[in-house]
Amino acid sequence: MFELLGIPPQVMMGQLLLGLINGSFYAVLSLGLAVIFGLLNIINFSHGAQYMLGAFVAWMLLTYLGLGYWWALVLAPVIVGATGLALERVALSRLYHLDHLYGLLLTFGVALIIQGLFRNYYGISGQPYQIPGALAGGQNLGFMFLPNYRAWVVVASVVVCFGTWFMIEKTRLGAYLRAATENPVLVGAFGINVPRLIALTYMFGVGLAGFAGVLAAPIYSVNPNMGADLIIVVFAVVVIGGMGSIMGAILTGYGIGLVEGLTRVFYPEGSAVVIFVIMAIVLMIKPEGLFGRTA
Amino acid sequence: MIRRLAIGTAAIAAIAGPGFAQDAMDVTLGVLNDRSGTYADLSGEGSVIAARMAVEDFGAEEKGLNVEILSADHQNKPDVGSNIARQWYDQEGVDAILDVPTSSVALAVADITAQNNGVFLNSGAGSTELTRGQCQPTTVHWTYDTAALAKGTGQAVTQAGGDQWFFLTADYAFGHSLEENTARVVEEAGGEVVSTVRHPFPATDFSSFLLQAQGSGANVIGLANAGGDTVNAIKQASEFGITQSGISLAALLMFISDVHALGTETAQGLQLTEAFYWDQNDETREWSARFEEQHGAKPTMVHAGVYSATMHYLRAVEATGSTEGEEVVAQMKQTEFDDPLFGEGHVRADGRVIHDMYLFEVKSPDASEGEWDLYEQRAVIPGEEAFLPMIDECDFSQQAG
Amino acid sequence: MATTETISNAAPAARSAGMPTLHKAIFAVLLLVLVALPFLVYPVFAMKVMCFALFAAAFNLLLGFGGLLSFGHAAYFGGASYVAAHAAKVWGFTPELAVLTGTAAAAVLGLAIGFLAIRRQGIYFAMVTLAFAQMVFFFALQAEFTGGEDGIQSVPRGDLFGLISLQNNLVLYFFVLAITFGGILLIYRIIHSPFGQVLKAIRENEPRAVSLGYHVNRYKLMVFVLSATLAGLAGATKSQVFQLASLTDVHWSMSGEVVLMTLLGGMGTIFGPLVGATVIVTMQNYLATLGAWVTIIQGIIFVISVLLFREGIVGVISRWLRRPL
Repeated sequence: MFELLGIPPQVMMGQLLLGLINGSFYAVLSLGLAVIFGLLNIINFSHGAQYMLGAFVAWMLLTYLGLGYWWALVLAPVIVGATGLALERVALSRLYHLDHLYGLLLTFGVALIIQGLFRNYYGISGQPYQIPGALAGGQNLGFMFLPNYRAWVVVASVVVCFGTWFMIEKTRLGAYLRAATENPVLVGAFGINVPRLIALTYMFGVGLAGFAGVLAAPIYSVNPNMGADLIIVVFAVVVIGGMGSIMGAILTGYGIGLVEGLTRVFYPEGSAVVIFVIMAIVLMIKPEGLFGRTA
Repeated sequence: MIRRLAIGTAAIAAIAGPGFAQDAMDVTLGVLNDRSGTYADLSGEGSVIAARMAVEDFGAEEKGLNVEILSADHQNKPDVGSNIARQWYDQEGVDAILDVPTSSVALAVADITAQNNGVFLNSGAGSTELTRGQCQPTTVHWTYDTAALAKGTGQAVTQAGGDQWFFLTADYAFGHSLEENTARVVEEAGGEVVSTVRHPFPATDFSSFLLQAQGSGANVIGLANAGGDTVNAIKQASEFGITQSGISLAALLMFISDVHALGTETAQGLQLTEAFYWDQNDETREWSARFEEQHGAKPTMVHAGVYSATMHYLRAVEATGSTEGEEVVAQMKQTEFDDPLFGEGHVRADGRVIHDMYLFEVKSPDASEGEWDLYEQRAVIPGEEAFLPMIDECDFSQQAG
Repeated sequence: MATTETISNAAPAARSAGMPTLHKAIFAVLLLVLVALPFLVYPVFAMKVMCFALFAAAFNLLLGFGGLLSFGHAAYFGGASYVAAHAAKVWGFTPELAVLTGTAAAAVLGLAIGFLAIRRQGIYFAMVTLAFAQMVFFFALQAEFTGGEDGIQSVPRGDLFGLISLQNNLVLYFFVLAITFGGILLIYRIIHSPFGQVLKAIRENEPRAVSLGYHVNRYKLMVFVLSATLAGLAGATKSQVFQLASLTDVHWSMSGEVVLMTLLGGMGTIFGPLVGATVIVTMQNYLATLGAWVTIIQGIIFVISVLLFREGIVGVISRWLRRPL
């Protein structure tokens, strides 16, 4: 339908920018998954539901308490993270000695429960959530109209992603975390409360999902199913990047956004499948993922 | 588990029945729709309420009809839906199945209904197949179909100057047929289809496609998709300033429940076709107020369709004194109706119900005076024009009677 | 982290010769119940349960006995159901041929996907199968012959072998009973064959099996294809029962559902998947009015099964009886 050379460079620029914006969501979500997997060895299948929870908490804060977007951006991840903390303490922590797959099955069940409850109480049509006043409008870049809010999404995601990477790879706290996953007994012997460390990590990973949910609320439909299908795509991103690789998840997130953006121009019908095709190819050639350590 | 709701008691009705010699007749209606998924808001419990209102307004009890209403959730899965439908006909003695959104389930139920000589009063599904490729003598398709929506929106928008169309189409059979139907109408009305983009289903981000539309020189974006996809596309069109840049949006399948969820701020200026709007005249307002009292929201056209279809069905049952599917449907086709909600109309020989359709435009927040004050009527599409002509294979008038 | 409990913990000890009396007795009682069932409950519902029981048993062959968690079994179940529906409706095949065609299609699909997927293990294996299943889903959504969201409708209930009409629910019931019961017996045979013993060895200790000279990947591929084929048999049969094939059957939530059935019933047991499928399908059927609560209840069952009940219903009974079931 479109010829390769038939695309003017400006249009191309616009599409790449949009791809990057979508990539921002993928990056934050896959980062959360990667942190959880890397440090806890849990496949968090409820990540999509927790993302939806973030968007809904933002909406509830506004509707019931009158707290706007900026409050939500801070509070919602904390609230969602707290539910994650409870989940970890009550359920997940009992599964660490088992096969990874039990973690996946448990969180899959949790996702069904969360989505079902919201569907019951809030219906399916979705809730309205407006873009905050300060970020309304947009800039004319010449080749496209860039809504301010989208620009903000990119900035916020870059800051959060690289902040997280820095914290885990470059700080003392991060070093404890990494050490605790390698050898929990030894780290415990040094007087560090390993279970607490792990619980807080899970809380943080889930909080990231909630954060992505708040970012998404003003531009996507806030409905109980918003994370249901997304979770599979984000999973693919983590697998492509390499399970447990923080930087891998971030870079792959942005990268997949770009690739998907290009597919939307050249072969829109394939834009939903392209991620899975890439994933299958990567797994065949380099099973540990593009940035993964050897399994 | 099937919820039961008995209306009227046989014994009293039989004694009090005016002028009717026979005993009270049992009529069982089954409202089969989506109660938990995508279509729960536009059909769901509201359709059960609408059916119950019809039974009461018809005065079934006084007329010697002992009507019972069952309801169930088909979860938008054809196997679940057809299982319930079979069980209803085989074991619960259901005489007619109502509503059934989701075309895959509707087509399955149409089949089973014909096998069991029941009656299928569809209101919620949009597939034209119900009265064309897979038509049945026992199917009555009441409220709308995709062709009528395409006709209404495509023609009116093109004639109003929106003649350069860009289609944003969900990439599956439903989206394709919606796009084809509309494209035909647009071209007949002198418009042109500039370009088409097929997006995967379901999709969350439409910005890329919207940008392509903006660069295509089109002045109308036709949204050949449904539900969450349409809502997301409209939300993002407003964010990217598409409508402000002089391109209008035409939703090819949208319901008042979707518009309500979006809010007038985002949806203003959107054009869409519906068969019914609560604020059309005194009768629709009166009925909708009663409906809202029970349901907590204004009715969608699907709810209205369930009400009117039930009314017309009960009239036919009363007239024939039978609940045999083919006989009742033949009677429904013979009598024209003048309905409080749909006006004058009739059931065509193929089961398609012919009534007027309306083009609406979503009001701006300033013009909207209340939560549900959402539409401004722009055009009336006469029933004879709105729907596709009948195909010969589906003309059941010979067999009827 | 130490893995002290593997995913397939309840491994039944298979005896080398013949079927243990207990199992014979259970199968006999099962058959009796199934013969009486259509006179007690609604036959179409009973057929649905049987199709899902076979599906879960096929899935359990891979998970419980092969030690491989596939998250994409809907692809074979749904894929076969589309092909069988198409064969019966468009090509005019008789029911048994349509079912066979669908099953064969699932076998080919299983071979292609399995060939790639078995090179990976654990979570990676699960994710690869899921990725391929998603591709099958998108194919089913967009291809012409599947009818998109309408699915393939009005599949005729043809004449078995061109002779016996399946219009009657009861006749159809016994056709489905023969297929599913046969399929389940076949699975039992596979598990207790020398091939099944090798599978068990691989699952328990893969490096040792390799050192014993077994081509581990060949065995894994074989069990994968067998599982996909039998899942296909279930899907193809279901399309004949409901006279339709639709997207529901290829959606990833179907893959999740079959995991739930197996987990609940008891993975790695013979009868667990049958119990699990019966419980889940019955629940979905009788809770239809509760709408979204069905999903919530399923989620709760998932959580409880994983936390407290990893052996599943039959696993627990098996432990009480100290006999493999």
